Amino acid sequence: MEVLQLLVSGLANGCVYGLIALGFVLIYKATEAVNFAQGDFMMLGAFVTLGLTNAQYMDLPFWVAAPMAIAIMAVLGYLLDFFVLRHLFGQSQTAVVILTIALGFVIRFIAGAIWGHEPQTLESPLAVGDLRVGGVVLGMADVAVIIVTVLLTLFLYQFFQRTKLGLAMQAASQNQMAAYFMGIPVRRVQGMIWGLSGAVAAVAGILFASKGAIDPNAGLLGIKAFAAAVIGGFGSLPGALAGGLIVGVIEPFAARYLAAGYSQIAPYALLLFVLVFRPHGLFSQVRTKKV
Amino acid sequence: MSALLDIRNATLKFGGVVAVNDLSFTVEEGEVYAIVGPNGAGKSTVFNLISRFYDPFSGAITFDGNNLLDRKADEVADLGIARTFQNIELFEHATVLQNLLVGRHRHRRTTLVEEMLFTPRVRREEKRHREAVEEVIDFLDLQPYRNKMIAGLPYGVRKVVEVGRALATGPRLLLLDEPASGLSVEETQDMRWWIDDIRKQMGITVLMVEHDMGLVSGVSDRVLALADGAKLAEGTPAEVQSDPAVIEAYLGAGAA
Amino acid sequence: MRIHFKTSYEHDIRLFADWWSFFVYAALIVVAVALPWIMDEFYLGEVTNVLIWAIAGLGLMLLTGQTGQASLGHAAFLAVGCYANVIFMELGLPFLIAFPLAGIVTGIVGTIIAIPAIRMHGIYLAIATIALSILTDDLIVLLEPITNGVSGKFAPTITIFGIEIERWTTPDRFYWLVLAVTVLCTLAYRNLLRAPLGRAMAAVRDSEVSATAMGVHIARTKAASFGISCAITGLAGALMGFYAGAFNNETFSIVISITLLMMIVIGGLGSIHGAFFGAVVVAFLPQALSIAKDSIGGGSVAIPGLETGVFGLILILFIMFEPMGIYGRWMKIRIWFELFPFARKDMFKRQKSYLKTERLR
Ligand SMILES: Nc1ncnc2c1ncn2[C@@H]1O[C@H](COP(=O)(O)OP(=O)(O)O)[C@@H](O)[C@H]1O
Ligand SMILES: [Mg+2]
Repeated sequence: MEVLQLLVSGLANGCVYGLIALGFVLIYKATEAVNFAQGDFMMLGAFVTLGLTNAQYMDLPFWVAAPMAIAIMAVLGYLLDFFVLRHLFGQSQTAVVILTIALGFVIRFIAGAIWGHEPQTLESPLAVGDLRVGGVVLGMADVAVIIVTVLLTLFLYQFFQRTKLGLAMQAASQNQMAAYFMGIPVRRVQGMIWGLSGAVAAVAGILFASKGAIDPNAGLLGIKAFAAAVIGGFGSLPGALAGGLIVGVIEPFAARYLAAGYSQIAPYALLLFVLVFRPHGLFSQVRTKKV
Repeated sequence: MSALLDIRNATLKFGGVVAVNDLSFTVEEGEVYAIVGPNGAGKSTVFNLISRFYDPFSGAITFDGNNLLDRKADEVADLGIARTFQNIELFEHATVLQNLLVGRHRHRRTTLVEEMLFTPRVRREEKRHREAVEEVIDFLDLQPYRNKMIAGLPYGVRKVVEVGRALATGPRLLLLDEPASGLSVEETQDMRWWIDDIRKQMGITVLMVEHDMGLVSGVSDRVLALADGAKLAEGTPAEVQSDPAVIEAYLGAGAA
Repeated sequence: MRIHFKTSYEHDIRLFADWWSFFVYAALIVVAVALPWIMDEFYLGEVTNVLIWAIAGLGLMLLTGQTGQASLGHAAFLAVGCYANVIFMELGLPFLIAFPLAGIVTGIVGTIIAIPAIRMHGIYLAIATIALSILTDDLIVLLEPITNGVSGKFAPTITIFGIEIERWTTPDRFYWLVLAVTVLCTLAYRNLLRAPLGRAMAAVRDSEVSATAMGVHIARTKAASFGISCAITGLAGALMGFYAGAFNNETFSIVISITLLMMIVIGGLGSIHGAFFGAVVVAFLPQALSIAKDSIGGGSVAIPGLETGVFGLILILFIMFEPMGIYGRWMKIRIWFELFPFARKDMFKRQKSYLKTERLR
C-alpha cells in the first residue's frame, strides 16, 4: 500500500516535471531553441496566480485568477519572443541557452522583489484534504494534479490535431522552410508557441503551488524537467510527459529505498546514463547533418 | 595505367530512397572527370561515399590501391583526397589564412605539449605550413583577403577559399562539388582556368560535380551522367551531351 | 592607423603583432608586477580575485569559445583542482609539485569525462554538464573520507623555497603567485592558438564535417580541448581554494558554473581578452552594486538575487546588442579611433548569417 502512495505522489510530481518538459519540447521543436528558464516561468506563473487570488494580495476568486494568470503568462511568453528571441536570429544555440539561463536569474530576482523570499502557499481549491481509498491515504492535490495534467494533455492533443493554429504550429515545427512556402507565417506562429509554452508553464505552476509552498527558487526544479525531456527524447511531446513521470516516480522510490545521499542523485544519474548511452535521448532517432 | 580512384558497384540507400544504385566508374591519374545529373541524382552522395561520411551498403571503393572502406572519414585526407562542399563549409569565424592553414592539418608533426610551449620545432613547422599556404594564396590570387574573416566575405570569394583550403592539404585527388554554382560569368571563367592549372601545373587529378555544361565541356576529359543514382552515360563531354538517354533524362526532367 | 609591414612569415607567428603591442603588453606586465606597491591590500585582493576568475575563464574559453562546446559544469573542475591540490599538500607534497599535479589530475578527469561528452551536441552537452555540476555537490558529500564532506577543508599555507605565501598575511606574495600562473596560462593559450591544434579546435567549432574532411580527428581534438580546458580550470580552482581559505561541498555550486559561462560571454567569446574583461565584471559587480545601493540610501539592506539578477540582465543586453561581448565593443572603439575620421557607421553592421540548422528536415 505504501508503494501505491509513493507511486501517486511520484506521479503527481512527475506531472509537474512533465508539463515543464512539455514547454521545453514545444519550443525546441518549433525554434530549435531551448528555454532554460521554463522552470522559472512555472514559478512565475504560480506567483502570478498567488498574487491574484491570495487574500493578502488581490483576493480574486481562484477560478478567475487561474485563467487570468494563464493568459498573462501566455502574453509574457509571446512578448519575450517578440522583443528578445527574434533578435537572436542567426546566433548560435549556445547564445540562446545562455540568454534563457540569464533570463531565469532575472525572473527569480523580480519574483523575489515582488513577492519576497519566504515560502508561500497558494490558496487553491485543489489543495484540500486527503482522499482515502481502502487503507491508502492519497493527497487530494496529488490526485487533482494528475487529473488536470491528463485533461490538459488531451486538450493539447486535440488542439494540435484539430485546430488550424495547432496544425500550423505542427507544420512550422516540422519543416520551417516548407511551412514558410505554404504561406504559414512561421515567425508569428513561433511567437504563439512561446505563448503556449508560457500558458503550459502557468498551469504547471498552479498545480505545483497547489501541492505545497513555493518560493522564487522553485524554478530550479526545471533542471529535473530537463532530465525528463532528455529521457523522453527532446523532440517528442508524449516523450516529455513520459520522461517527467519516470523522473517523478523514481524520486520517492529512491528516497525510500536508497541510502541518504544517493537518493537525490538518482534523477541526474539516470539523465547522465541516458545521455552517455543514447546521446540523443531515449526515444529519438539520430540525425546527421547533410552536406 | 591503373586507375587512381576505382568505385565498383557502390549502392547506398536512405530509407526508401536509393541515392546511389550499383554505380561503377574509375578516375585515371591526371584527368579531370566530371559528374553531371539533375538535382537529387546522387552526385553529392558519391562524394560523401569517397569522403567516408557514409558507408555504402555494398560495393568497393579503392584509391591508389588502398581500400578506402578500411579508412575513417578523418583518414581520407591523409591518403591525399581533398574536397569542397556544395554549400560551402568554411570555418566562418576564422581568417582566410587560418582556414587554409587548417588544410595543412594532415602535415602536423608536433605534439600538444610542444605546441603549448611553442618550441623552435613548432615555429619551424609553422613557417613550413605558411610557405605552402602562401603558394596556394598566390595561385588563387587570395592576397587581398589573407587576413579577412570568412564571415564577411562575398560568396564568390568563399568558393575560391574553399578550393584553396582543399589545395592546401596537398592532395592527389581533388573533389569539387559544384565549384561554379552561384558564381558570376567572370568568376566561372576564373574557376575554369584554375581547374585547368590545378591539373596541368600541380598535376592534381580532379573529380567534380557541376551543372554548368560550358565549364564541364571546357575542362573535363570524361563525363559521367547520373540519374537516380545510376550511370546513364559515360564518355567525352561531346559524347555524353549527344547521348539519347541523357537528352531524354534532361528533357524529361525539364518537361516535368 | 598602424600599418603592418611584413618582413617575413615569421611576423605572423610572433607572439606580438608589432613593437607597439609588445610595448603595451610589456608595460602592462610591469604595472601588474608593481601593483602591490601602488594599491592597498583590499584592492590588491580584488585584483587577485579578478586574475583567478580570468584563469578559470581562460579554461572555459578554450572549450566554449575556441572549440564550441558549451559547458555548464565547469565548477566541477574548479572543485577537482581545489580538492586535489589541498589533498596533495596534506599528503606532504610541496606546493610546487602539488599545484601542477592538481592541474594534471583535473585535466585527466576532464578527458575521461570528455569520452562520453564528445558524442553529445549543443543542448545535450549543456544539460549533461549541468547534471555534472549538480552531482559534484553530492559526490563531495559522499566522498566524505577524503573531502571532509559538509565540514569542508582549509587551505594550508604555501611554502616555496622557504618563502611562506598566504592570502591574508602576505597578500602581495599571493598576488604575485597568481599573476605568475595567469601569465603562464595565457602564454600557453596563446601558443595553442597560433599552432595547429588551436586551429583544429576552431575548425571543429565552425564545421565538424569539413574539419573531418581536412583530416582533423574530431573526437581527439575535443578530448584535447576538454583536457587542457579542465587542467587550466583546475589550477584556477586550486588558487580559489587558497583565496577563499576554506571550502566545502557548496563552494563550487552550479551558480559558479553558470557565472563562469556568462562571464566569458560578456567578456567576448573566443578571445583571450574576453576572459579578462569578463573576470573584471564578475569580480567588481558586487562592489559596484553595493556602491550603487549606498548612493540611493539602501546601504545595509541585503537584496537576495540582486547580483545574479543584474548580472543576468547585463548578459541579456550583451547577447542582444553586442554578441561579441566587451572585447567586440573594445575592438570597434579601437578601430574607430585608428581610422578616425574615416570610420563608417555601416562598417560594424552585424553579419546576419543564415541560421545554421542541425536538423535534417
Ligand atoms: N543524409 C541524407 N539523408 C537522407 N537522404 C539523403 C541524405 N543525403 C542525400 N539524400 C538523398 O539522396 C538523394 C541524392 O542526394 P544528393 O547526392 O545530394 O543529390 P545531388 O545529385 O543533387 O547532389 C536525394 O534524394 C537526397 O534527398
Ligand atoms: Mg549535390
